[in-house]
Amino acid sequence: MRYAISILLIGAFIGGAVVGMLGLPGRISSQPPVEIYSDRYFPGMDRQPKLRPQKPFEFFANGVSSQLPPPGTVARSPGVATLSGVVHRFEDNPFNTGMVTGSTNFIDVNPMPMTQALLERGRQRFDIYCAPCHGRLGDGNGITKAIGDMPAVANLHDARIISMPDGEIFNTVTHGKGLMGAYGPIVPAEDRWAVIAYLRALQLSDLGTTNDLDASQQALLNHTP
Amino acid sequence: MSAIFPKWTNWLPLVLALVAALAGGAVTAGVAVYVTPKYYRVGYQPVQPVPFSHKVHAGQLGLDCRYCHSNVDKSWVANIPSASTCMNCHNQVLKDDPRLAIVRESATNNTPIPWVQIHIVPDYVYFNHSVHVNRGISCVECHGRVDQMDTVRQAKSLSMSFCLDCHRDPAAHIRPVDKVTDLGWQWDSDPAKAAKMQEINGTKFVHDWKVESLQSCSACHR
Repeated sequence: MRYAISILLIGAFIGGAVVGMLGLPGRISSQPPVEIYSDRYFPGMDRQPKLRPQKPFEFFANGVSSQLPPPGTVARSPGVATLSGVVHRFEDNPFNTGMVTGSTNFIDVNPMPMTQALLERGRQRFDIYCAPCHGRLGDGNGITKAIGDMPAVANLHDARIISMPDGEIFNTVTHGKGLMGAYGPIVPAEDRWAVIAYLRALQLSDLGTTNDLDASQQALLNHTP
Repeated sequence: MSAIFPKWTNWLPLVLALVAALAGGAVTAGVAVYVTPKYYRVGYQPVQPVPFSHKVHAGQLGLDCRYCHSNVDKSWVANIPSASTCMNCHNQVLKDDPRLAIVRESATNNTPIPWVQIHIVPDYVYFNHSVHVNRGISCVECHGRVDQMDTVRQAKSLSMSFCLDCHRDPAAHIRPVDKVTDLGWQWDSDPAKAAKMQEINGTKFVHDWKVESLQSCSACHR
């Protein structure tokens, strides 16, 4: 009996020591995880000598795997269907630049076919990329205004922006303006046009009056139960 | 004639068997608890070069995940944002804060910020972010409540069985596509009702969006 108790006690002590040293699952640790099936036993399996995006890579002078494309690189991707036919991303076309081909004059009208899907896409992208500063309503009351560190955010319902050609808005979104950064690198061109289409709908929602409703909608509005 | 073996040796086989059973049980339990990514991966919270808080940006300020991880719905990789994305706001907000010195330097000189990768799967696993995000699998399923973490830590094991749990029953995890980046979203505040709605709508989404319950090796390993 004495032996049994001492064996159990020793066992409990060892168990306690293991749990004490290793901790319970889910414990916070800043140490890199120990790879149990590591490269030591199966070299080149878990961590293969291949390039992965945004990783350190000594081969290139700047030490990262993701390199910028050399100047003059032509983007290979399927074309986008616009009102004036399929457009590719390397073309000097209003879809890519917001300007009339071969000039610096901004185009007046969105080159994308206007559909419900485009507006929905525009709303989603607007809420992601524009709303943090310009606000979901586009009135310039975004979260950056609320925290008070970004005082000069454009109200997108300004007459200046309402009368601005679509191409000029596209140009501003793409390259930034003043303190606003460029969104061309993170929002693809068709999404930028979708955002502009949605912005026009937002502006219209603010400009509209009850006179814009058709007869049946007006009747509904004036209906008193 | 005295006995060759003393009397206590009669108990020896029993005692040995008992000790072996206890020791074996302890080792099995130890392996089951400790030799699994649930132990050695979950909770990994490295010190990052910039004390960026997801709790502030995604939680309090309500930025959408895709503002920074802008390729997550277009590409297999959820990109770390470039410093220019940070500077969209931080050229004005906290613009001289010493904590952001590395970010400002990165934006001006194109030097990489040495972020420490937390969530990583073996190189023979080909996980595609866009295909999951665009079919209603939320960020939270694999990354946990990142919007509540000041410093990001790994919340789920990302082991093969973790992947298979969902691949065998996608209907239990799928949600409306527009709620994918809303990490705290639930069908209903009442858990029982939420589970019921998950069951009904999950099955519907899986059918309508032609979500496949892929379990072949080549789904992930190529």
